[in-house]
Amino acid sequence: MGRLSVTLCGLELDNPVIPASGTFGFGYEFADWFDINLLGTFSFKGTTRAPRFGNPTPRIAECPAGMLNAVGLQNPGVDRVIAEELPRLKTVFHKPVMANVSGFSLEEYAETCALLDAQDQVGWLEVNISCPNVHGGGMSFGTDPAAAAAVTRAVKRVTRKPVIMKLSPNVTDITAIAKACEDAGADGLSLINTLQGLRIDLKTRRPVLANQTGGLSGPAIFPVALRMVWQVCRAVSVPVVGMGGVSSAEDVLEMMMAGAAAVEVGAANLTDPCACRNIIESLPAAMDRYGIRNLKELKGAI
Amino acid sequence: MKQMMLTLTENRPLAEGIRRMTLSGDRLEEQRPGQFLNIRLNGLFLRRPISVCDWNPGRVTVIYKVVGRGTEQLAALRPGEPLDVLTGLGNGYDLAPAGASPLLIGGGVGVPPLYLLARRLREQGREVTAVLGFRTGREVFAAEDFRALGCRVTVTTEDGSEGLRGFVTGALPENYSYFYTCGPEPMLRAVYRATKTPGQFSFEERMGCGFGACMGCTCRTLTGAKRICREGPVLRKEEILWDD
Repeated sequence: MGRLSVTLCGLELDNPVIPASGTFGFGYEFADWFDINLLGTFSFKGTTRAPRFGNPTPRIAECPAGMLNAVGLQNPGVDRVIAEELPRLKTVFHKPVMANVSGFSLEEYAETCALLDAQDQVGWLEVNISCPNVHGGGMSFGTDPAAAAAVTRAVKRVTRKPVIMKLSPNVTDITAIAKACEDAGADGLSLINTLQGLRIDLKTRRPVLANQTGGLSGPAIFPVALRMVWQVCRAVSVPVVGMGGVSSAEDVLEMMMAGAAAVEVGAANLTDPCACRNIIESLPAAMDRYGIRNLKELKGAI
Repeated sequence: MKQMMLTLTENRPLAEGIRRMTLSGDRLEEQRPGQFLNIRLNGLFLRRPISVCDWNPGRVTVIYKVVGRGTEQLAALRPGEPLDVLTGLGNGYDLAPAGASPLLIGGGVGVPPLYLLARRLREQGREVTAVLGFRTGREVFAAEDFRALGCRVTVTTEDGSEGLRGFVTGALPENYSYFYTCGPEPMLRAVYRATKTPGQFSFEERMGCGFGACMGCTCRTLTGAKRICREGPVLRKEEILWDD
């Protein structure tokens, strides 16, 4: 195994870099920019039972060192993901993929996860209980320990592959949610989803986003994300995937020193389609600078 | 779609608040009419999408209006400065259905993408009519460039300070084989009602990435959800669904 390799819930990754859901589509289109087999894996676009158009536009607002988005889980629905997206992905990506799932009821989470769990290409299920941009689902499950545990149990009951619960930072104590998911059988946790934010257009005196609020991502949130990853890693024993504003090899190293087993990269993919390739290629030199022989030695460094 | 460093070789004022910029680079691939660039700027998180106005081997020209922090920064750039640019974005106009006498209808900064289109249509020997609308005579640009291509050109201004007074829709010719348009949304809606043939519309939407990853610019059409940056920015008249 190479010096960049890590293990996530029993599966080996060539490197810890994972494009985050919602910033990498279903992977296929990034193959125009670089060989996506360089990635550890990637988390595909949040998928729901039924197709969703998502929110009206504008869905994007720029911020200092980041952006708000309120896409609202636009996706073709799990049946078309299985019938069209996964076969298309197979032609360009030859590693297990992380299937990101959202839902509006326990039954819907379970049904979508069971369908994706049965796909050979899927290595992990990442269950999003933290989307801030939809009403009546997503984040409402991720802000209450009992509800988060209920989703975890519902998904674990019908799946065999590792289940990673994706947590919201929009809570008072993220470790309480993390522990509830772990106790309910989660195989891993990923965090953080976006932080809820707002921008106002001074000319129109209205919110910039049609959805009014959106989720903040980008380098602006990196320190907050790092702190939460560190807190959660000290509170649970399952592996944690760290994310939130990661945009360089050094950020990846910080996340792993905070305890992350692997690292997702989100908004950086939207400003630079080759961001993840660049991060992976910069990792060995960054590790040399800080005397890191291999990434596995980093876990829990602080 | 490619990512490359291009060197700024020209950046000059063209009309009030309007500037013309040329970027050069050996790796630059052919840019088709209606496609756009996405330019990274210092200190701004999102790139700035700008329509291609003209392309020659190794050289791409854009025309932009100075409206905010991004375009203010662009306006201050000097020749020789390198820019990180995503090129070849968007579907661009389809020239195939143009017919013998296509009509181009542009408004304000919607005029530039029609220039490369006019050039290509003229190269194919088609009779091109261009109706170009501006708010006032001080903001008029590019009309002479369209004439130099051999297009029949009508200029309109809202205040009548140059050309015909009024909007582009008041100056459309009687007969044309097909139409292409780009401009502010109220103009596009008026053009939709005023035109009698099929045609193509280029749309603007607030974008995140500009290359189809973020789903930030999706709109509803009669043929399904489309990303303006990827399946657009050009949509056919028969698939447009106005959201109101």
